[in-house]
Amino acid sequence: MRLVDSSGDLSGEMEVDAFRRLFPLRYYERHLAESIRPDGRPLGMARDTTLALGAVSSADGSALAKIGSTTMLAAIKMEVMTPSAESPDEGCIAIEFHMPPICSPIVRPGRPAEAAVVVSKQLSDTILSSGMIDLKELALVNADGALFDAALLSAVAAFSHLQIPVVSLNDKGKIVAFTEEGDTVGKLEKEAVNKEKRKLTLGNIPFSLTCTLHKKHILADPSSEEESIMETLVTVVMDSSDRLVSFYKPGGPALAYTSLVTDCVRLTRQRMKELEKILDEAFSGMEVD
Amino acid sequence: METDRKDGRTPNQLRPLKCSRNILHRAHGSASWSQGETKVLAAVYGPKAGTKKNEDPEKACIEVIWKPKTGQIGKAEKECEMIMKKTIQSICLLTINPNTTTSVIVQVVNDDGALLPCAINAACAALVDAGIPLKHLAVAICCCVAEDGSVVLDPTKLEEQQMRGFAYLVFPNSALSALPEGSSLVNGEPLEHGIITSVTHGVMSVDEYLKCVDRGRAACAKLSSFLRNSLQKSQFPSDMSSKAA
Repeated sequence: MRLVDSSGDLSGEMEVDAFRRLFPLRYYERHLAESIRPDGRPLGMARDTTLALGAVSSADGSALAKIGSTTMLAAIKMEVMTPSAESPDEGCIAIEFHMPPICSPIVRPGRPAEAAVVVSKQLSDTILSSGMIDLKELALVNADGALFDAALLSAVAAFSHLQIPVVSLNDKGKIVAFTEEGDTVGKLEKEAVNKEKRKLTLGNIPFSLTCTLHKKHILADPSSEEESIMETLVTVVMDSSDRLVSFYKPGGPALAYTSLVTDCVRLTRQRMKELEKILDEAFSGMEVD
Repeated sequence: METDRKDGRTPNQLRPLKCSRNILHRAHGSASWSQGETKVLAAVYGPKAGTKKNEDPEKACIEVIWKPKTGQIGKAEKECEMIMKKTIQSICLLTINPNTTTSVIVQVVNDDGALLPCAINAACAALVDAGIPLKHLAVAICCCVAEDGSVVLDPTKLEEQQMRGFAYLVFPNSALSALPEGSSLVNGEPLEHGIITSVTHGVMSVDEYLKCVDRGRAACAKLSSFLRNSLQKSQFPSDMSSKAA
């Protein structure tokens, strides 16, 4: 397919794929002028999102989130611990984010990618600051842009899937997790402290949207190709009670003016509604099973 | 409602600012910036030949190393490094010295709230001291939102922990030596209104965030005039202090 460029320069006549590789910014700008993106999405639309709860059966709570091709797996493991003296009523959450080399050709085994460290820190901040509440592990299976969104979504889904296991006191007075296998004879002396698995009650659930800014256009939910070309990223996290949990814009050539801030927030609100619906559907699908 | 702050400041008052340039003689550029008790030392070495492995050789590369006051380098420091690197990349003219690396080393001397903004201000002053070509200056400020929704500027560490949420904001600042023919407004707002970087912690409503941004902009105008004054003073180790109200 020949592409004829009216400006008559080097990109005059060449195949679309070659043009895309050689002049990525111009390729995108020509699309942006028509308010559309190469994969056919309008500027404000996010990629297809799917959620699967209970992906890891050995974990207490887990979820697999896919935004476009970015795939993220979250698993929660709960442990019994003695709380610290300052906050005897609270547990604690430790978050680990792994980017194994399977996810992207730029990640090598050994040194963790810079993004991994930053995303895990951002995630801890967001989850802690939005008032949700144990050990958590996230693994990135496929990296295709908008890592933070996928991570947060899978984390949130895993939390909603989480069921606190039954605990009981054994003879020595220590709290022990109650396993369901095992013969009933020996276990009769132990009384279960909480009779059944219960769900974790979630406070306000945070949802996020990452956008890139390029001149006057805001692109929602960029793929990794778009992210690498347009250097300014904004991540807005809002929770279900319409409060702003985080507005994260780490530098970048494009400046954010007030109108842009409100636009990003508006896009995030829309996305939040979509995500809430998806989460509910996944949840009710699971309940039926 | 006037929030009574422990050190007697009004909600809009910044702490006493101090800026010294050229304190490290071996570094190409250095500056120390303190806001009240928070003090950060920044040193710039560069441009040096060659870029790092994955970086674009057609542009200059910026490297930031963040040294905490105590303890080992962990995730928080790496995140600060990344934020500072992106912020500095957006104010430097990267195409002037391609295939070079400029290192900015930030040493935290004391942390009493608003650490990242202080570090960004120090780094900007150090970059000017080293003579690295910049598009415009970056001025950073911390605004926090109290329980009742009022905005308080430049908190101490105690205030940061007690407040509902806070935001670090970085704005550009340039003095126009020649006024352009047409207006320099973008979308109806002058250049100074754009946010280079924003990092928030804690929850706040969207309106509160926008209020923070407005207050932050106004305060940055004061901060930047202080920065320009101190940078215009003599080359030798100068000590400029002021109490901006």
